[in-house]
Amino acid sequence: MKAKAVSAPYLVWMAIFIIVPMLLVAYFAFTDSNGAFTLDNLARVGQYSNVFLRSIWLGALSTAISLLVGYPVAYIISHSSLKRQSVLIMLVMLPMWMNFLLRTYAWMTLLEDSGLINNLLAAVGLPRLHMINTQGAVVVGMVYDYIPFMILPLYSVMSKLDPSVVEAAQDLGADGKRVFLRVTLPLSMPGVISGITMVFVPSVSTFIISKMLGGGGNLMIGDLIDMQFLGSAYNPNLGSAISLVLMVLILICMGIMNEFDDGEAQGGGMML
Amino acid sequence: MGENPIISLQNIGVSFDGEAVLNHLNLNIRDGEFVTLLGPSGCGKTTTLRIIGGFVRPDEGDVFFNGQRITDLPPHKREVNTIFQKYALFPHLNVYENVAFGMRIHKKSEKEIRKTVHEMLEMVSLSGFERRSVHRLSGGQQQRVAIARALANDPKVLLLDEPLGALDLKLRKDMQVELKRIQQTTGITFIFVTHDQEEALSMSDTVVVMDKGFIQQIGTPQDIYNEPQNAFVADFIGESNILDGVMHEDYLCEFAGRRFPCVDKGFAPHESVDVVIRPEDIDVMPPSEEYLTGTVTNVTFKGVHYEIIVDVKGFKWMIQSTDYQEEGALIGLRIQPDEIHIMKKSEYSGMFGDYSTFSDEMEEDLALSEEVEREE
Amino acid sequence: MKKAVSRVYLTLIYIFLYAPILLLVVFSFNDTDTKSRTVWSGFSLRWYEMLFQDRMLLEALKNTLIIAVCAALGATVLGTVAAIGINSMKGWRKKLVMNITNLPMLNPEIVTGVSLMLLMVFVAGLFGISLGMGSIILAHITFCLPYVILSVLPKLGQMDPHLYEAAQDLGCTPLRSFFKVVMPEIMSGVITGMVMAFTLSLDDFIISYFCSGTTQTLPVYIYSMTKKRVSPEINALSTLLFAVILILLLIINIRQGRMGKKEEKEADV
Repeated sequence: MKAKAVSAPYLVWMAIFIIVPMLLVAYFAFTDSNGAFTLDNLARVGQYSNVFLRSIWLGALSTAISLLVGYPVAYIISHSSLKRQSVLIMLVMLPMWMNFLLRTYAWMTLLEDSGLINNLLAAVGLPRLHMINTQGAVVVGMVYDYIPFMILPLYSVMSKLDPSVVEAAQDLGADGKRVFLRVTLPLSMPGVISGITMVFVPSVSTFIISKMLGGGGNLMIGDLIDMQFLGSAYNPNLGSAISLVLMVLILICMGIMNEFDDGEAQGGGMML
Repeated sequence: MGENPIISLQNIGVSFDGEAVLNHLNLNIRDGEFVTLLGPSGCGKTTTLRIIGGFVRPDEGDVFFNGQRITDLPPHKREVNTIFQKYALFPHLNVYENVAFGMRIHKKSEKEIRKTVHEMLEMVSLSGFERRSVHRLSGGQQQRVAIARALANDPKVLLLDEPLGALDLKLRKDMQVELKRIQQTTGITFIFVTHDQEEALSMSDTVVVMDKGFIQQIGTPQDIYNEPQNAFVADFIGESNILDGVMHEDYLCEFAGRRFPCVDKGFAPHESVDVVIRPEDIDVMPPSEEYLTGTVTNVTFKGVHYEIIVDVKGFKWMIQSTDYQEEGALIGLRIQPDEIHIMKKSEYSGMFGDYSTFSDEMEEDLALSEEVEREE
Repeated sequence: MKKAVSRVYLTLIYIFLYAPILLLVVFSFNDTDTKSRTVWSGFSLRWYEMLFQDRMLLEALKNTLIIAVCAALGATVLGTVAAIGINSMKGWRKKLVMNITNLPMLNPEIVTGVSLMLLMVFVAGLFGISLGMGSIILAHITFCLPYVILSVLPKLGQMDPHLYEAAQDLGCTPLRSFFKVVMPEIMSGVITGMVMAFTLSLDDFIISYFCSGTTQTLPVYIYSMTKKRVSPEINALSTLLFAVILILLLIINIRQGRMGKKEEKEADV
């Protein structure tokens, strides 16, 4: 097949809709509203270092919780009978088919001051808790929304693990704990890496979950960008600069993650 | 066989990524012939076939079909059909539909299609397999479907690209006989590509030996075996002892430090030449002044004969003999004049024909690495 | 003992995953005037009635479906052709194209959204038009493309490259060989890609949010509803969507089960 002729339309598309937009972001980041070159935007990003730190902290926390909670889930599912495996994994995926706005909304109704959890607490005579509009609520929402992205790649790696490898370790005298630490865990690392990437990237850049569950006081990078483009603080130049920094930040994080890995983790658990 | 070539390649040159694959290749193939392109991997034989099929366009030179230039004709307009290396059967179609594919494209009537498919399947002994899915056929059966599919298109020339490569030895032998039979009953010109010299010798009317993008020799299997044109052909076809020699005058040559009468002539006086002596043509005699003498260094039992390596003044000869020889024994080598074949010196001189590093294992390793290369 | 622990753990996780959804469903049937979301005051279908009278919502639903169909078709055609081109590339060219292809998947969605918005606004400014269906469809095709390419490429890799030549050898023109031989081979990958593109487009909020102008898609409309913090209408909508998804998945699973059995049967013959 004539490769050049066939790929031409896609290459053109790629140039217009992937490369040019990236260049536009860079262009806006380095210019002011009159189009003159400036470094002010990037300098102003520094003012928001607290927002960046909060986003990274909340993103990392959600990722860590997802990993700790999700790893045993993937392990247990991959060790059940084949027939059950497909049902159990289907049940993990099912909530993902519901729009994340609705899922997040569900947590709003749960965590509100007059929400279901507080009503339950009151009914049994315990004091009400203030949960909505806290960082905790944001983390719960992110874990809830993104934990399938952690479980799926973990599961897909673990289910492909050759059982004879585990048997070989047992044969060589390793007990259950050591088999896990020396064999299962290292071999599931590609799944861990891609799970971490798939949860961390959307968590750190989210802008709706923080708004819905964190109130106005827990701004994240995503909210900041949103405000510059479609919000009250309209300033696409600053917004572009923040986006650029966010992109570089994530590229660095992924670069570090790939250092831990042989570069295989990529897309280990693509949806479906 | 007609006298006019059905396929004619003239001065063909092809290079991929700046690397020459074929150089000034000229080849005429007569109608009804069974021609084999034989050579090691990377010699250009498959490329030659693909040029005839229309899948590769040569950088220079022309392709003629029955005297008409077809260099620029796309594959679907050529009256040749191909059997691909791994058969390339269409997995989404059953046996019947695979065989009928070409006829459907050419809008043949349903009745004609049915008749031809049955004929073709009968010819390849697959009657009753019409509804079978091609996944559930053995390698040999897939091969037969591929043949039936190509022949159903009524080609003038059939191109076969190492079609037996994926089959095991027993099946290969059967298919060799089968292919030869089909070629003879249909009278279609077959152009067959292989790296297996035995296959080439046993099936072909004409063998084209290729290496490094050049044709080394064209001839009947007997010619190629008995009268190799250079050290490459002598080594590639069968086993050979190839020695440096001098042709002193017509019918008299010298090698291994002795003069021998021979049957070749037409060389310049005292011209340096390559001398080929086949291992099975050497008679083992008791050591004496009359013969070359040497020490047996290695004996391997091969079933039909023993393979004996003999050290004659540092040059290791291979002899094939039905009589066992003791390792370390001193023996005489008798070489009759008509068993000496003299070749002109070529770029391959000195590269082959000494068995001092010979071992079966090494040969297998080489065969294996060649396989791997081909896979890539 | 170990098994019991695993079982309890899994049960807790599934409760965590499904309790909020269940809650939405239950309260969609709540008969309340106060619009309080968490006090049960009897069964009613009034929120469903309101939903079907909400013209904005029906409009958004229509938009979403049109966009998803266009985006899925566009991404499938372009992506399949692209996959064929990429499959026949080699070396650094292939690597470069693949890396750029993966970019929209690796980049934070908000950055992709913002960058596309800049492009759309720029182009819209040039032609004096405004953002809307067109810009959303273009943006959706862009972010669906890698998913289509990545599901078609492996199928092409598995295919015997000689199939395409064999069809030509038997008399097909190059284009005809593609449709007669290559398409059937890669069909499953193409369909997977198309289904993925369709669902991704349906579900997308972030990209649409930045590229939609005044046009509303369902997720964008849902977002505006959650901002107002009102009415169990949104619960009713969630319930309906969830039911539709559930039914679709069940149908797909049953069909796959049947096809699996059929194949087994054939293999036994």
